[in-house]
Amino acid sequence: MRISIDKDRCIGAGQCALTAPKVFTQDDDGFSELLPGYEEALDGATVKEAVRVCPVQAISLG
Amino acid sequence: MVDAETVSFPQNRTCPYHPPTGYREHRGQRPVSPARLFDGRTVWLVTGHAEARSLLVDPRLSSDRENPAFPFFAERVASSTLRRVELLGVDDPEHNAQRRMLIPSFTVRRTAALRPQIHETVDRLLDAMAEQGPPADLVDAFALPVPSMVICALLGVPYEDHEFFEAQSRKLLRGPAAADVEAARDELDDYFRVLIEQKRAAPGEGLLDELIVKQLETGGVDHDELVRLAQILLIAGHETTANMISLGTFTLLQHPDQLARMRESEGLMSSAVEELLRFLSIADGISRVAVEDIEVGGVTIRAGDGVILTTSVINRDETVYPSPDELDLGRNARNHVAFGFGIHQCLGQNLARAELEIALPALFDRLPGLRLAVPAEEIPFKPGDTIQGLFELPVTW
Repeated sequence: MRISIDKDRCIGAGQCALTAPKVFTQDDDGFSELLPGYEEALDGATVKEAVRVCPVQAISLG
Repeated sequence: MVDAETVSFPQNRTCPYHPPTGYREHRGQRPVSPARLFDGRTVWLVTGHAEARSLLVDPRLSSDRENPAFPFFAERVASSTLRRVELLGVDDPEHNAQRRMLIPSFTVRRTAALRPQIHETVDRLLDAMAEQGPPADLVDAFALPVPSMVICALLGVPYEDHEFFEAQSRKLLRGPAAADVEAARDELDDYFRVLIEQKRAAPGEGLLDELIVKQLETGGVDHDELVRLAQILLIAGHETTANMISLGTFTLLQHPDQLARMRESEGLMSSAVEELLRFLSIADGISRVAVEDIEVGGVTIRAGDGVILTTSVINRDETVYPSPDELDLGRNARNHVAFGFGIHQCLGQNLARAELEIALPALFDRLPGLRLAVPAEEIPFKPGDTIQGLFELPVTW
């Protein structure tokens, strides 16, 4: 699963980090980023939930 | 687009935790349909979950409170002088620039770091309640001071001033007259002008102090903008969560099976808070104005039309939430729009979650016999044209 984050759209609501804390985090500016080693923690259902709750639809799966 | 079926907006709730019955009959018609405001103006009322999500991310809907076509749903707001409402009442790119200054202070990690401090505040207030003994007004003794103290510490606003700013906040949100709204704005402007000057001379450690150093002194914001921004943060930071704590407590007391479930399982707290946010939808009525035509839900919203998204009904959409009128603390309610959706989704939502996840279980742990001190029907709650919640919550234990 390829995960892309559109940082220009991200508003730092932190919903991805709250929903899938092993995959997403927020950098010091508050923007979403992938955690190192997130591939091992990937859980499809949780990542899809993170995509769904992102208020600006900044996360896409490929 | 007006006909005999057009519903009026806003309406008062008949039960403090259910949407007004009038909006609910409306949902049976269409997900986007006409509604009439206090002044006779017709706007679009959005009640469908999918339509709300698509509209709230649509840049053709504007949040600009200075747009003369912006729909206000109370006379006191509509007839008070127009002025810029920072952050929540401006569109991108201005909104984005403001939000970016603030988000580092409201991330999941930063709010998690505040948890010990929130715990301490909650415990101190509960100690005082226990020492004082029953009965008490839970709004005064707990629901309001918790978020008020927390946001003061975060912003660097002295909590000693709470009676002043809580009173101004009440006037700003509920009037009753336009003159009260304007007077409250002026009072808060003066208050923050002085506070910012004091902080420039003697910096502290709050977010406001940080904004002065990083933004005001570098020209990132001007003085008036910072004064208005500080007001929004202070008001949004205490009024909403205070209503969630008091109305959440009342709702749990009225659903003893769910309360017992919450008390038995600490692991349930995060989903319990999401469900309470969904169920109570205290910020009921997100307003926007269309700046271009939009086709949605089988209708055409024209440029200049007002749009109101009624979160209480949207969050009871049965296509998303089975048995939506049942409070079910174990359900996955994360997809609710209680904090809004789109670029304006609540900046303080992670802080609000932390406060609720700490305050609600601590209250019932410390005062296990907590119950209403008067019949439920006698508890006064707020009218439909403002943030929903209880005026007071008399309790005993």
